[in-house]
Amino acid sequence: MTISQLSIFIENRTGTLLKVLDLMKQSKIQMIACTIAETAEYGIFRIICSEPQRACTELKQAGLAVAISDVFALELDNQPGGAADVVRFLGDAGVDITYMYAFLLGGRGILVFRTDEGDLARKVIADNNLPYITEKELAGTV
Amino acid sequence: MIWNPTKECMSRDQMRELQGKRLHKIVEYVYHNVPFYRNKLQEMDLTPADIRSIDDIVKLPFTTKKDLRDNYPFGLQAAPQSEIIRIHASSGTTGNPTIVGYTRKDISIWSECMARSLSSYGVGRDDIFSVSYGYGLFTGGLGAHNGVEMVGASVVPASTGNTEKHARLIRDLGITGIACTPSYALYLAETMDRLGITKDQIHLRVGAFGAEPWTENMRTEIQERLGLKGFNLYGLSEIMGPSVSYECECQDGSHINEDHFFPEIIDPVTLEPLPAGQTGELVFTTLTKEGMPVLRYRTRDLCSLLPGECPCGRTNVRMSAIHGRSDDMLIIRGINVFPSQVESVVLTMKEFAPVYMLIVDRINNLDTLMVQVELRQEYFTATLDSPVAIAELEKQLAAKLRSVLSISAKVQIKAPGTIERSQGKSAHVIDKRKLY
Repeated sequence: MTISQLSIFIENRTGTLLKVLDLMKQSKIQMIACTIAETAEYGIFRIICSEPQRACTELKQAGLAVAISDVFALELDNQPGGAADVVRFLGDAGVDITYMYAFLLGGRGILVFRTDEGDLARKVIADNNLPYITEKELAGTV
Repeated sequence: MIWNPTKECMSRDQMRELQGKRLHKIVEYVYHNVPFYRNKLQEMDLTPADIRSIDDIVKLPFTTKKDLRDNYPFGLQAAPQSEIIRIHASSGTTGNPTIVGYTRKDISIWSECMARSLSSYGVGRDDIFSVSYGYGLFTGGLGAHNGVEMVGASVVPASTGNTEKHARLIRDLGITGIACTPSYALYLAETMDRLGITKDQIHLRVGAFGAEPWTENMRTEIQERLGLKGFNLYGLSEIMGPSVSYECECQDGSHINEDHFFPEIIDPVTLEPLPAGQTGELVFTTLTKEGMPVLRYRTRDLCSLLPGECPCGRTNVRMSAIHGRSDDMLIIRGINVFPSQVESVVLTMKEFAPVYMLIVDRINNLDTLMVQVELRQEYFTATLDSPVAIAELEKQLAAKLRSVLSISAKVQIKAPGTIERSQGKSAHVIDKRKLY
């Protein structure tokens, strides 16, 4: 029910982003979505991509601090309030969202979030028949 | 093995008698050969005849690093240039370097002291020993080299730099011993990890670490990662070079070659000698040196002389680990801070690599301390993938630092490989305050 997201600890300094992007390019790994949680000194660069496991290995070999995080990716109704409805289901059930972002995949809105209450989130998604994206579907798009 | 039992296991009375005789001789020697010392003694109304036993040493004047600089290059040299067979220069960060000339006898005594150290570590003829101190003006490389040759081990003069090649040689030649700075040993361990050289592929058994202060935590980490036993090797070029003192198998203080280098501990402020066992500034008088003898040289190293006998059988006095230097001690908001304290805390947290940087500043008349540490690649996991989690880790380290340093420090976590590794003496402090 979850997909793999790369999380990379990078310095908040000129050239560090490009280093990561160049490594992805060299490894022929395609990015599907990305976001950065930035602070004054460092950032956590989060990437959804093709072949996350291979990407993780390649980036590690280049000396980067990189981890794979399991995140949920829910498909949204493409109309106002689509995200609100999904988040309400989760919030009502007591699922705390650590962070969240969204992107478009083939015209469909995808909401990505991470939570420490993974089991509860799975139950909410199943009980309410919320449409989600799997690793396999994601791989099929690139 | 004890290289020279006659000297290393001499009775205390005999040692003091020998030291007294040698002190008289060296004072007489500098009085007649070094105008700097003759003038000083005359100012104090002293002649060599006033120095009869080792207890008289307290009458003598001190020598400082500044004295050595002011007399650059050969002002303190006692032997004629024709007798000098080697010249080293110490790394000076400010002003002139310190030039030290050695006679043939000096080099021979130095090699003997180094051989005592290596034997104490268990190095012998069957060892293949790599010297990874810098060869050159720095005394580390050649000083250790001569000692390895004297004990009859095969010396590999690896020097510093080209660490990858060195790591492969350690594996391929089955090198059993290494002399280097403790920070270089950690750098070597990291390099081996990167090259995929594992502990079971190498045969390192003995490490002679010195030229910079280090902590027990650092020793534990080096021993664990390189699979060797790490011994302290202390020295300074103004006195001789590496092997002024050395640890034995008990790893509880370093035995001083006190038949050649007489130690005292003084209060760095009042300059008064301190009672045995107290921590203060270490002062050395060279008892046998010909090239550039020094009287009561203030090392700026803070330590104590350990009372009691050592189970190893050696009777020469032991010095504790260096607690800091009276000149790299930071005073932050009135509190004395030693970088080694920060290091000992950083090494207790497995998330961080054994490198760190202290950045001291003064903002709105308030001293600030920031400690930068480096996240270990393997400890960055999914649970740390948000700034909140990283901030939590920073808070943990800050709390530990506060309890050890008694002042609060801001912690900054850096990405792997972003804090500069030093291959020589580690530079761990950036002091942005303009205090002098």
